Amino acid sequence: MSIDEHKTKPAAAPAAAKSDVCPTKRKQLDLATVREQIEDTTGPEYWRSLEELAGSEEFQEMLHREFPKGASEWLDGFSRRGFLKTMGASLALAGLTGCTRMPNTEIVPYVRQPENVIPGRPKFYATSHTLGGYASPVLVESHLFRPTKIEGNPQHPASLGGTDVYAQASILDLYDPDRAQDITYLGDVRSWNAFISAISGPMMAEKSLAGGGVRILTQTVSSPTLAAQIRDYLAANPQAKWHVYEPINRDNVVEGAKLAFGEPVETRYDLSKADVIVSLDADFLYAGFPGSTRYTRDFAARRNPDANMNRLYVIESTPSSTGMKADHRLPIRAADILDFASNLHISLTAEIDSNTKFVSALVKDLQSHKGSSLIIAGDHQPPPVHALAHFINQELGNVGKTVFYSEPIDANPVNRAESLKALVDDMHAGKVDVLLILSGNPAYDAPAELELASLLKSPSVATKIYLGSHRNETAELCQWHVPEAHYLESWSDARAYDGTVSIIQPLIEPLYNGKSAHEIIAVLAGDSAATGHDLVQAYWQKQHTGADFDTFWRKSLHDGWVEGTTYAPKQAIAKGVGNENTPRSTTMMTITSPSRIAGTELNFRRDPSIYDGRFSNNGWLQELPKPLTKLTWDNPIMIGPAMAERLKLNFKDVAELEFNGKKVKGAVWIQAGHPDNSITVFLGYGRTRAGRVGSGAGFDVYPLRTSQAPWFADGAKLTATGETYNLASTQGYQTMETPDGSERPLVQERSLAEYKKEPNFAKKGEPRPDLTLYPGFDYSKEAYSWGMAIDLNSCVGCNNCIIACQSENNIAVVGREQTLKGRHMHWLRVDTYYNGPRENPKGFFQPLPCMQCENAPCELVCPVQATLHSSEGLNDMVYNRCVGTRYCSNNCPYKVRRFNFLLFQDWETPQFKLMRNPDVTVRSRGVMEKCTYCVQRISEARIDTETATVREGKEIKIGDDLQTACQQSCPANAIVFGNLNDPNSQVNKWKAQSRNYSLLGELNTRPRTTYLAEVRNPNPELEGS
Amino acid sequence: MATNTQVPVDDRRVPVIAPGHTFSTITEKISNIVLTRPISLGWILGFLIVFGMMNMLMLALGYLFIKGTGIWGINIPIGWGFAIVNFVWWIGIGHAGTLISAILALLRQTWRNSINRFAEAMTLFAVACAGIFPLAHTGRPWLAYWLFPYPNTMRYWPNFRSPLVWDVFAVSTYLTISLVFWFVGLIPDLATLRDRAEKPWLQRTYGLLAMGWRGSAKHWHRYETAYLLLAGLATPLVLSVHTVVSFDFAVGIVPGWHTTIFPPYFVAGAIYSGFAMVLCLAIPIRAIYKLEDFITMRHLENSAKVMLATGLIVAYGYGMEAFMGWYSGNQFDSFLLWNRLHGPYRFFYAALLASNIFIPQVLWLKKFRVSTGWLWIISFVVLCGMWLERFIIIVVSLSRDFLTSSWGQYYPTKWDWMTFFGTIGLFLTGMWLFVRVLPMISIFELRTLLPESHAHEATEVKQ
Repeated sequence: MSIDEHKTKPAAAPAAAKSDVCPTKRKQLDLATVREQIEDTTGPEYWRSLEELAGSEEFQEMLHREFPKGASEWLDGFSRRGFLKTMGASLALAGLTGCTRMPNTEIVPYVRQPENVIPGRPKFYATSHTLGGYASPVLVESHLFRPTKIEGNPQHPASLGGTDVYAQASILDLYDPDRAQDITYLGDVRSWNAFISAISGPMMAEKSLAGGGVRILTQTVSSPTLAAQIRDYLAANPQAKWHVYEPINRDNVVEGAKLAFGEPVETRYDLSKADVIVSLDADFLYAGFPGSTRYTRDFAARRNPDANMNRLYVIESTPSSTGMKADHRLPIRAADILDFASNLHISLTAEIDSNTKFVSALVKDLQSHKGSSLIIAGDHQPPPVHALAHFINQELGNVGKTVFYSEPIDANPVNRAESLKALVDDMHAGKVDVLLILSGNPAYDAPAELELASLLKSPSVATKIYLGSHRNETAELCQWHVPEAHYLESWSDARAYDGTVSIIQPLIEPLYNGKSAHEIIAVLAGDSAATGHDLVQAYWQKQHTGADFDTFWRKSLHDGWVEGTTYAPKQAIAKGVGNENTPRSTTMMTITSPSRIAGTELNFRRDPSIYDGRFSNNGWLQELPKPLTKLTWDNPIMIGPAMAERLKLNFKDVAELEFNGKKVKGAVWIQAGHPDNSITVFLGYGRTRAGRVGSGAGFDVYPLRTSQAPWFADGAKLTATGETYNLASTQGYQTMETPDGSERPLVQERSLAEYKKEPNFAKKGEPRPDLTLYPGFDYSKEAYSWGMAIDLNSCVGCNNCIIACQSENNIAVVGREQTLKGRHMHWLRVDTYYNGPRENPKGFFQPLPCMQCENAPCELVCPVQATLHSSEGLNDMVYNRCVGTRYCSNNCPYKVRRFNFLLFQDWETPQFKLMRNPDVTVRSRGVMEKCTYCVQRISEARIDTETATVREGKEIKIGDDLQTACQQSCPANAIVFGNLNDPNSQVNKWKAQSRNYSLLGELNTRPRTTYLAEVRNPNPELEGS
Repeated sequence: MATNTQVPVDDRRVPVIAPGHTFSTITEKISNIVLTRPISLGWILGFLIVFGMMNMLMLALGYLFIKGTGIWGINIPIGWGFAIVNFVWWIGIGHAGTLISAILALLRQTWRNSINRFAEAMTLFAVACAGIFPLAHTGRPWLAYWLFPYPNTMRYWPNFRSPLVWDVFAVSTYLTISLVFWFVGLIPDLATLRDRAEKPWLQRTYGLLAMGWRGSAKHWHRYETAYLLLAGLATPLVLSVHTVVSFDFAVGIVPGWHTTIFPPYFVAGAIYSGFAMVLCLAIPIRAIYKLEDFITMRHLENSAKVMLATGLIVAYGYGMEAFMGWYSGNQFDSFLLWNRLHGPYRFFYAALLASNIFIPQVLWLKKFRVSTGWLWIISFVVLCGMWLERFIIIVVSLSRDFLTSSWGQYYPTKWDWMTFFGTIGLFLTGMWLFVRVLPMISIFELRTLLPESHAHEATEVKQ
C-alpha cells in the first residue's frame, strides 16, 4: 500500500468523461449548452426558457442520451426503487443547470503518462472524517482520481487501522445524487459570484454596526483553521456572535467537567491499562463515542483469556452493543444511574457497605484494582454523573494511568442548548439581520420548545444563509443555500479525540458547486477569492515555527496528522468533593430511595446507524442492521419485555407515545435487557426532506425533545393503537435456543474459570479429519491455502465489517420492502444472539462471512458449475456462469449466499459508477453472490509478489499484510486472514488456539472460517446471581 | 366358438365395458364426440374460463421474465417456493398416466384400455406444466439451456454431480417418451377418424396425423411390437423420474430434505396424486359425455384402490420421517418434527395429515369407492394434500434450518398464485381441447375388450 501525498490538483477522471459517441446530423445539445442557454435567466423567465427547451427536439434527444432509461421508464407500483430512480431523473431535470458539468471531451490515451499514475493501481491519501467535531483519521483509496473506499489510518493513534461505520459510509455521501448541486436563492439557481455580490451589501451594512446583526451558527468545530477564521471575523466585528448547536452534543460532559474541575476538560481513557472497567451508560465501543475506534482496539486486546483479561461492568438504560459485551450488565433506568453512581462513590469513599450485592462486589473489585480501573460516564448522563465518575476515578488513583485530561478539542465549548437559546432569543428580539448556518440541520433537530423552524420561516431575520450538503429542512427555510462540499472535496483540518490535528485534503474536485465553511467565512470577512487550500495552508504556515514549511506540510498531509498537536495530558484535580453543591451530599440522601422517577421514563438516543439524522440519505447506513435489533430503515419505540406484557404490546404493534403533550406513533420493539418502565426512542428518523433514500423513513421524535430533557425524562405515556407496522429486521430470531427448548451451539461461551478448567470446550462438535470416503485435495503442493479466524471475544458488534464489505465489494442496497422480504444483500452479516432471562440476557455477536467450506455443500448442487473450489481452497463464485437456481443457497447451512432477486444494483446513476470498486464485478439480476475472501485483493497481492519475485530474483510470497476488507476495517482486530500453508501466519496461530472451533462443525463442511469461542470474565462474587 | 366366454372380464365384478356394445357402437360413440357432437355452450364457457387462466399464466410469466424472480415470495433462506412445489406436484400427477399406459399394459391389465388415452394426455399436459417451472424459476431463464450438456465454445460443461442436471435428463426423457407413447397409441384411432370424417380438411388433418395407417396385419404387427417396446421403456420412468426429483431434496443437507426414504416415498406420492387427478377428470368427463358404458364403476373402484394403496405407502413415509426425527437423536431433525407440529406452518401440516392420510381411509369402504360424488371429493382432497406435502417439504424445511439467525418466513405473492392457477389453466385448456379433437378413449383398444375380439382365442382355448 502506498501512501502518497496529494500533490497534483486532481484532474477529471477520464472515466467520467461522457462517452457521447453517437454523431447525429442535427444539432446536439448537451448539458453544458443547456446551462449556457439558461445561465443568465432567473425566476419565471428561467422556467419559461426551460419549457421552451423542453419542447425542442434537440432537448428531447439529449434527455434520452442523458437519462437513457430513466426518462422513459415504465413505472409499476411494484418497484419503489424504479420509481425513485425515475423520480431522481425528473428531479435532476427540474434543476437542469444543477447537473454536473461533464467535460465534453474525447477519451484519448495519455501522450505523456503522469508521474505515479498507473491505471488500475489505486493510490491512498490520508485525510479525516469528522463527526461531532471529532476527527476519524482515514486513508482513502483512489482509483484514477476517484475516491472509492475508506480505510483507517494505521499510523494514527486514534485509528490504528480501524474505522467506524460513519467514516466508512461517508464515501456514499460523496456520490449521493441527492446532494444539493447549486447555489440557490429562494429556490432559484444563482452563481457563486451572484451570491458574493448579493451578500456584500448586507455585510457592508453590518460592518458599520461592528457585526451587530451577524450570527454564525455552526456545529461543533474542532478545526483550528475554521475556529481562527471565525475568531478573526469576530475580532473585526466584535458585536457578531458565534453560536454552536448540535443535537447530539456533549453538554453533559462539559458541565460535568466544570462541576468537578471548574473548567471544561476533555477526558480520554487508556483501556489497555484498565483491568476493571465500569460504564455508566456509556456506549464507548460503538461509533459516535469520541475515541471509540481506539477504545475498541485497546478493549479487545485485553479480552484475551490467556493473558490478563479485563472485566467490564455496564450499567445502562438502553441496551447497547457495549452492554452486550459486559461481564456484568445491570439494566436500570437512566435517571437511576445517578443514584447508582453516588451509591458507588459513597461505598468506595466512605467505606459504607452498600445495600446491593452488585455494588458491594463492584466496590471490592475496584478497590483491588486501584490505578488499573476505569469509570466511564455516558454522554447522555447528567453532569453530576460525570462529576462522580471523575471523583471515583480520582479516588481510585486512575488519573494519569487509565484516565487523562486535556484541553477540550472543541474550539468553542459553550453549552449547546444555551447557545442556541441565546440565538433564538436574539432572533425573537429582532437583533439578527444576517444568520449564517454552517451545516447541521437545526430546523429539523433543534429542541422542540425553541420552535426554530417556524422562526426561520418567519421574516424575523432578513438574510439567512445556509451552507449544507442537501436541500434539507433547514435549506428550505433559508433564502440562500450554498451546497457544502464533501470532506473528500475540500480542504480543512480537525482534531481527533486526543487533540491530534489532521489536515483534511480533498481527493476530487467538487462534483457539484460545493463550497466549504472556510470559503464562506472568508467571503464574510471580505476575502471572496480565497480557496480552502490557501486558507488552511496559510493558517498552518502561521503556526509552523520551523524552517522548512513545505516539508512539514507535505509530511502532515502524507501521514494524516500534524506532528506535535496531540494535547498533552494536563493536571486536573476534582475539587468539588465535600462541597455543599456537589452531588455527593445530595446523593447521600437518595442512597436508599428506590427510584428518582415515578412514571415511565423516556430516553432519546442517537441512532446507531444514521446518528442524529445526518446520514438519513445514506443507503448503506439505512440498511445497516442496528447492532441489537438488526432493524433497518426504521426506528422503533423500544421497551422491555415486562412493560410490553403489561401494556399487551407485541412486535409489529403500533403504539402512540405521548410526552409533554405531544404525540408520535411508531412500531414497538421489545428489546431483551431493556429496563422496565422505560421507553427508548431514536433520533434521526421521520425526515421530510432528506432525499430519495431517507425521506419518510421512521418517525420523528425531535418534537418531543426539549432542551430541559435532551436525553431522558419522566412522564411518558405509551398506548396501543391497534394498528400494525412491519419493522424490517434482518434477523427474525435472536436466540440460539430453538422453540422446542433445545439449544444450538452456535456461539460457544464459557466463563474464564470454566475455560481454564477445560480449554477445549468448544471443540466437541468437531468431526474427525478422516471422516470422509474421498481423499481431500492436497493443498501442501500449493503456494497458498486461505483461511480466516474470527475472535468472538474481541468482536464488539460495531458493524464496521459490514460497511467495509459493502464498500469494497459493490454490494447493492435493496430498500425496506426487500429487506422485509429477507432479501438484503450483505455478504457479511453479524448475527446477534441473546441468552438467558429476557430481562437481562447475555448478548453475543457473531460476524458471518462465507465459511469457504472445504466440503462445500453449495458446490455439489450447482448444476452449471458456477460455484467451484479453487486450488487455494476458495469457494469461488462465477457470476457469469450462474443461471440463478438458488440451489446453492438452499443447501448452504450458514445462509451466507445472497441472490439478486431483482435488479438491485443501480446501473443508471452516473455518480455510483464513479464510486464502485473497479476490481469487483457489479452483479446483475438473477445471479447469486457471496463473500469471496476479497479475492480481488488476493489477486492484486499475487501480482505484486510475482512481479517482486521476478525483480528480486528470489521467491517472495504473500504475507500477513494482505488483509480482507472486513479485517482491515475491524477496530477490534477480531478478524484475521491469511495463508494456512504458512506455519508462521497469524491465522495459523489463531487456529491453533484451544478456543478455535468450526461453526456447525458436525456437518463436516470443514469451514475455512473458524471462530475463537467467547470467554467471559465474571466476578466470582456475582456468579449465579 | 359358441361359448360366451368373456376372457378378460371376471364375472364376479362389474364389467369393464357395459354389455350390449359391438365394434361399431364403440367406434361410433367415441368418434362421434369428436366428429359430430355439436360444440355446446357449456364447453365454450368452460373453455373461456380455462383459456383465461392460461393467459393469466402468460401474463405472470411475461412479468417474471421482465422483472426477475423477485416478484415471487421467495427469499433467503427460502430460495425455492411455489415454483418448485408446483413442479414436483405436476410431475407427480403425470405419473399416473404412465403407470396406467405402460405398467398396466405390461401386466395385461386390460381394464386400463378405457382410461389410458386420457390418462396419457393428462401426463403430457402435466409434464408440460411442470416443465415451465424449472425454466421460470431460474434467475436468468435465458441461460437455462446451460443445464444441457452441449458442445460450445465457452468451454462450459454442466456439473453432473448436481441433482438438477439429473432432473433435466429425467424430465426431458419423460416428456419425450410420454409424447411418443401417446402418439403411437393414437395412430390407429387417428386413421379411424380420418375414415369417418366428412369434411375434407378434417380428413386431411387426421390423415396426415395417421401417417398412412391402413390397418394391415403388418401394420398391426409392427404397431404391437413398437407399443410393447415403448411400454417397456416407459415403465422404468414411472419409478425413475420421481426418484430423481426426490434427489433434489435428498442430496441436499437441509433438515427435512436429507433423508433416504425420499425416492420410494416420492414415487408412491406421485402415483397417489396421479390417480387422484385421473379420478378428478374421469368422473365429470364420463358423466358429461355419457361414457359410463366404457368407464365403468370398475375403473373408478380400481383407481380408488390404487390410491388407497399408494396413500398407505405415503403414510408410512410420514411415519418413518417422524420416527427418524426422534430416533436419530439429531437435534436438527427432532426440531424439524417439532416445527411441523408446532411451528408457524402447523395448520398446513395438520391439513396435510388429514387430507393425505386420514380422509382417504374411507376408501376401505365400498360405499365410498362406488359413489362418484365421494370419490371425486376424496380425489380432490388428495390432490390438495399432495400439493401441501411438497409445500411442507420444500418451504417449511427451508424456513427453519441450521442457524436460528437465518430463519425466515415465506409469503406467496399474487404472482405466485397467478402462476400456479395459470398452470392449472394451461392443463385444463389442453384437456378441454383434447376431448374435442382426439378420441379420448382408445377406440381400437376398447374394441379388444369386447367378447367378439376374443372369439378365436376362446375357441383355441377350448380345443
